[in-house]
Amino acid sequence: MSIPLIGYRREGPEDQPPLDYAGYGSTALRHPKRPLVPLPHGLTEITGPMFGHEKVGELDHDLTRQHAGEPIGERIIVHGRVLDSDGRAVPDTLVEIWQANSAGRYAHERDQHPAPLDPNFTGAGRCVTDSEGRYEYVTIKPGAYPWRNHPNAWRSQHIHLSLFGRAFSQRIVTQMYFPGDPLFYQDPIYLAVPESARHRMVSMFDLDRTEPEWALAYRFDIVLRGREQTPTEDPHD
Amino acid sequence: MTEPLGVTPSQTVGPFYAIGLPWEDGPYVVPAGTPGSFEVHGTVYDGAGEAVPDALIETWQADPDGRFAHPDDPRGAVKWDAFRGFARVPTTPEGTYAFRTVRPGRLPSASGELQAPYIAVSVFARGLLNRVVTRIYFGDEAEANAADPVLRSLAGDAERATLVAAPSDRGYRFDVHVQGDHETVFFSI
Ligand SMILES: [Fe+3]
Repeated sequence: MSIPLIGYRREGPEDQPPLDYAGYGSTALRHPKRPLVPLPHGLTEITGPMFGHEKVGELDHDLTRQHAGEPIGERIIVHGRVLDSDGRAVPDTLVEIWQANSAGRYAHERDQHPAPLDPNFTGAGRCVTDSEGRYEYVTIKPGAYPWRNHPNAWRSQHIHLSLFGRAFSQRIVTQMYFPGDPLFYQDPIYLAVPESARHRMVSMFDLDRTEPEWALAYRFDIVLRGREQTPTEDPHD
Repeated sequence: MTEPLGVTPSQTVGPFYAIGLPWEDGPYVVPAGTPGSFEVHGTVYDGAGEAVPDALIETWQADPDGRFAHPDDPRGAVKWDAFRGFARVPTTPEGTYAFRTVRPGRLPSASGELQAPYIAVSVFARGLLNRVVTRIYFGDEAEANAADPVLRSLAGDAERATLVAAPSDRGYRFDVHVQGDHETVFFSI
């Protein structure tokens, strides 16, 4: 039996950071040295885990209400759409996030940054996109934090995101940054991405979604790979 | 035709992904106690041969009938109710991982040949700016492996061997070497 399949569009070096990036020390022993073997897309690559609401608790989208009290910091709304590269919404897909608290400290035993932990902030969230691919979180703006990559190294303020899309080949883990961060120029994780694609990781300040006297808002759209050619009929749309 | 939108670039999961990503049921492609289920287990190593304590392994596979729990499988969806097809496991401080699954069925390739059974794998880690993708084949499927179009396309026996899990007392053992003399074959998809 032969099955006609439409694969997902390939990414090029202009889209993605290299696995070997001298500025980011931890890549040195953790990147494969042999070239990746190109794999045609088959059933495995065009399908993938599709998680939705079963993975999401009532307060998972609001990181400011997961404890008895409110976390310290600048309350923000982070929202946007998940699209494929043809501009089509990716509905009902799980968006997971994790981040440092407002002081730049992760609620993780291996984070040794001497900044305070916040008993009212864990820093993990989950939500599912709606039928138009929209997602929305309420959280606290994460602080910058030092790391040991090079002398006086600091990470830009960022939120980690993880998405499945609807295919194994659409899976992505990324980081969302804030506009105008003065730390960008010395942050090799940000700089590893080709210059022309870096803006795709930077959220936009969004006055329209701001809640007066309550929270600022940032908009961050996430684009996953689209199909190599648009299926002539798609029963799932 | 309009230009496609630029995709969002990948970034490393970093050292603290454990705050957000591990799930309690993450290691279960199938529920505990599923007849015929076994563990796939191993260690993730870096280029110095050191175990990687902050990697994350994710897997995706067909059910024993070779069907995916997904609407885009044109042959029809999976028949097993409790079959998720997916595992997500962080490595331990010793760099080890394990998940529970069943042997996937054989899939037809684009040209209609049957492929050997395999499990698709994503490896994420601090120091990996993008995931790397590999496959777990089964060491006791010598005949199917010898005929598999992807395994056959690889340069040599040493490369093929990096993708084949050895039977063990718990199920199958599959180590991942992200770099080094025993570097695992990784695919671009
Ligand atoms: Fe971080």
